[in-house]
Amino acid sequence: MAIPTIVRERTPQLVVLAVILALNAIISPGFFSIEIQNGRLYGSLIDVLNRGAPVTLLAIGMTLVIATKGIDLSVGAVMAIVGAVAASLITSGYSLPATLAGALFVGLACGIWNGALVALLDIQPIIATLILMVAGRGIAQLITEGVILTFNDKPELIFVGSGSFLNLPMPVIIWIVLAILAILVVRRSALGLLIEAIGVNRRASTLSGVNSRVILLAVYAVSGLCAAVAGVIAAADIKGADANNAGLWLEMDAILAVVIGGTSLLGGRFSLIGSLMGAMIIQSLNTGILLAGFPPEFNLIIKAAIILIILIVQSPASQTAMANFRANRQTMAIKTESREHAAR
Amino acid sequence: MANAQPLLSVRGVSKAFLGVSALESVDFTLKAGEVHALLGENGAGKSTLIKIITGAYRRDEGEVLLEGTPIHPRDVVDAQKLGIGTVYQEVNLLTNLTVAENLFLGRQPKRFGLTDIREMNRRSRAILDTYGLDIDVTAPLTNFSVAIQQVVAIARAVDISGKVLVLDEPTASLDAHEVKMLFAVVRQLRERGMGIIFISHFLDQVYEIADTITVLRNGRLIDTVPVPGLDRLKLVSMMLGRQLESDIKRTIDPNTARSEPLVSLRQLGKRGNIDPLDLDIRQGEVVGIAGLLGSGRTETAQLVFGIERPDSGTISVAGKPVNMTSPRKAIAQGFAFCPEDRKTDGIISDLSVRENIIFALQAQRGWMRPLARSEQEALADRYIAALDIRTSDREKPIKFLSGGNQQKVLLARWLATNPRFLILDEPTRGIDVGAHAEIIRLIIDLCERGMALLVISSELGELVGYSSRIIVLRDRKMVSELTGDEISTDQIMKAIASHGATGEAA
Repeated sequence: MAIPTIVRERTPQLVVLAVILALNAIISPGFFSIEIQNGRLYGSLIDVLNRGAPVTLLAIGMTLVIATKGIDLSVGAVMAIVGAVAASLITSGYSLPATLAGALFVGLACGIWNGALVALLDIQPIIATLILMVAGRGIAQLITEGVILTFNDKPELIFVGSGSFLNLPMPVIIWIVLAILAILVVRRSALGLLIEAIGVNRRASTLSGVNSRVILLAVYAVSGLCAAVAGVIAAADIKGADANNAGLWLEMDAILAVVIGGTSLLGGRFSLIGSLMGAMIIQSLNTGILLAGFPPEFNLIIKAAIILIILIVQSPASQTAMANFRANRQTMAIKTESREHAAR
Repeated sequence: MANAQPLLSVRGVSKAFLGVSALESVDFTLKAGEVHALLGENGAGKSTLIKIITGAYRRDEGEVLLEGTPIHPRDVVDAQKLGIGTVYQEVNLLTNLTVAENLFLGRQPKRFGLTDIREMNRRSRAILDTYGLDIDVTAPLTNFSVAIQQVVAIARAVDISGKVLVLDEPTASLDAHEVKMLFAVVRQLRERGMGIIFISHFLDQVYEIADTITVLRNGRLIDTVPVPGLDRLKLVSMMLGRQLESDIKRTIDPNTARSEPLVSLRQLGKRGNIDPLDLDIRQGEVVGIAGLLGSGRTETAQLVFGIERPDSGTISVAGKPVNMTSPRKAIAQGFAFCPEDRKTDGIISDLSVRENIIFALQAQRGWMRPLARSEQEALADRYIAALDIRTSDREKPIKFLSGGNQQKVLLARWLATNPRFLILDEPTRGIDVGAHAEIIRLIIDLCERGMALLVISSELGELVGYSSRIIVLRDRKMVSELTGDEISTDQIMKAIASHGATGEAA
């Protein structure tokens, strides 16, 4: 009976993930096989972890934003901006640390911009972040001057996207480290509680002395920073900055990952672990559909259908139905028990 | 009347939630042309009974007869069609639509498949006319006071249903004039032969309007009694199941009046909210604020706590002027504020009782210095015990607690910050009689331990009981300050009514 709470609370996500991985294994035997080549782990499972890095990173920031009853639509566009900045810095001859610092700074600035609109001007988050979502790809194109800015001759930046460390691909290491860091900061400090409180009732939180504005601003800043890391990885992966396609629609995947992970769009209680699982579920789906060899036009439809099923299972209506079912069984059990008692 | 067939008859109804009994074999009979008050502490089973009658819940056992015929309402709409309508404390109407649209929402008169707006407006005027209400039915509902919105809600319910009307705490957010107006409507409906079920925490109002009272306690029927000749103390003891302690009277230590003020307001005001006023509050002193709804009571508290910025005057704490620009700054000065509207300004509904209790203290410490889980639990347990907060578990979300217990959690949240100065805005509104007495006792206790308190309340008797001084506000102005022997309900009423009774305009 000693199942840790964290596992028990995330059972639905674990079950879904297990089912999808099992289906993948049926479709492509050898899905679970992992081997080491040139000091790096290879295999479909590693691929899921690796390809899922951008969405996972976005989901970390997105979870915190959604917990405050907000949303960040701009993360895909921020990835494109940051990719463009990184590519142009490294091709202009800056060192890797300077390039990374510059890229992350730009992501942070984007996040602060969003946060300022939401926290200081009280603009609705969906509109506030839509502004940068629309403008972002234009900004990225201005930075790359309309071309795909490649950096094939910069192995140090490429390493961030396709290198490996301790046999693991760099993106995997980066997202796992950042995820652990985020979970520790949020749960070991009072930040998690304050974020949840703002999401449930911002006015009551402010009246109780929470500096709601600063926390909101910080949360959007973190989301921008996460998008920046994702943007650098995406650019390093393709060895270039593609202003039009880098991070395209990934804000939707990130939101989906958060929702699948069990955090409500209404704000309040959130689970970073859940969101990470959500991101892994989405990536397993993508990989599975690819491995199954369906014509690409079916990919999105199949993905949508499976996500629909997951969300129906999680919907309040079916949750209530499940609760009633369990309650009925419980009362029936109590009744039979008492009847047995009476019989005795 | 005795042999007339009852309009609504509930027999032996029981309901349990997940094996926990909420109602046990309750009988309830409503006659036509009767206002029947349903009383009981929070958790007594009033709302469960109402929800069974109005179709929101299904009963486990027993029967409900409407005019002698057994009914099984599937849902609220079904019950409305059968003739049972409900009006809740928070008006369930759409304030951005017009009065007429609200009256006919979902059943608009149609012409060529489109809403016949002229016909709808004409019929709306006719309906409201019967209530003596002559308002512009094409104006959005939000333009009107809560009382008028209540009457519109009642008119809608009566027009749809017309046999039984359930009023669930309809007067909770109304002032005295508005209550009068609402009661005139209720009396008129009674004369028309409707059966009205009236739920309220205000015993005065129950005595004023009800013909019969049914008291529930812990899901059981205690008694149904006619109102004339019913002794008030007997009624309260029926509700509580114990004898109420005698009136709490407080003696004031003369030394406190001479000590230095802790909080001083000098010409503090904000245009359109409250005219500039002077006020000193000393340690060990309860200053009461009396006045009608909208007289500037809450606005004064909001200026002091930094929620609204004043446009004139100063606040000093212990002799030093402070710039009170946000609740955070007020809290840093040792201030605390329990707001009037618990739901929107107070509780953080999805968080647990524990998290709600430690919340202000944690906010004060900042996110970098979290309270250890063990400290949090110790604090929560201490206040749950000290304030007798009724909850099965400190990890239960606060939204599942009754109003009185939520209020105690909010008090605990502030007491945990160890404040010097506590502002309470309507601390006893909408809570049951038992918790009511406990909160009053707590106010007196805190004061005796040297805290300074500023208490806003509509219950004048209560204010008189614990205040060392009372200021009276009228039309956003301070009109009187009562001290010592001057403090009495009569004096407060006189101050409110003095100089041209502008309050009547409402």
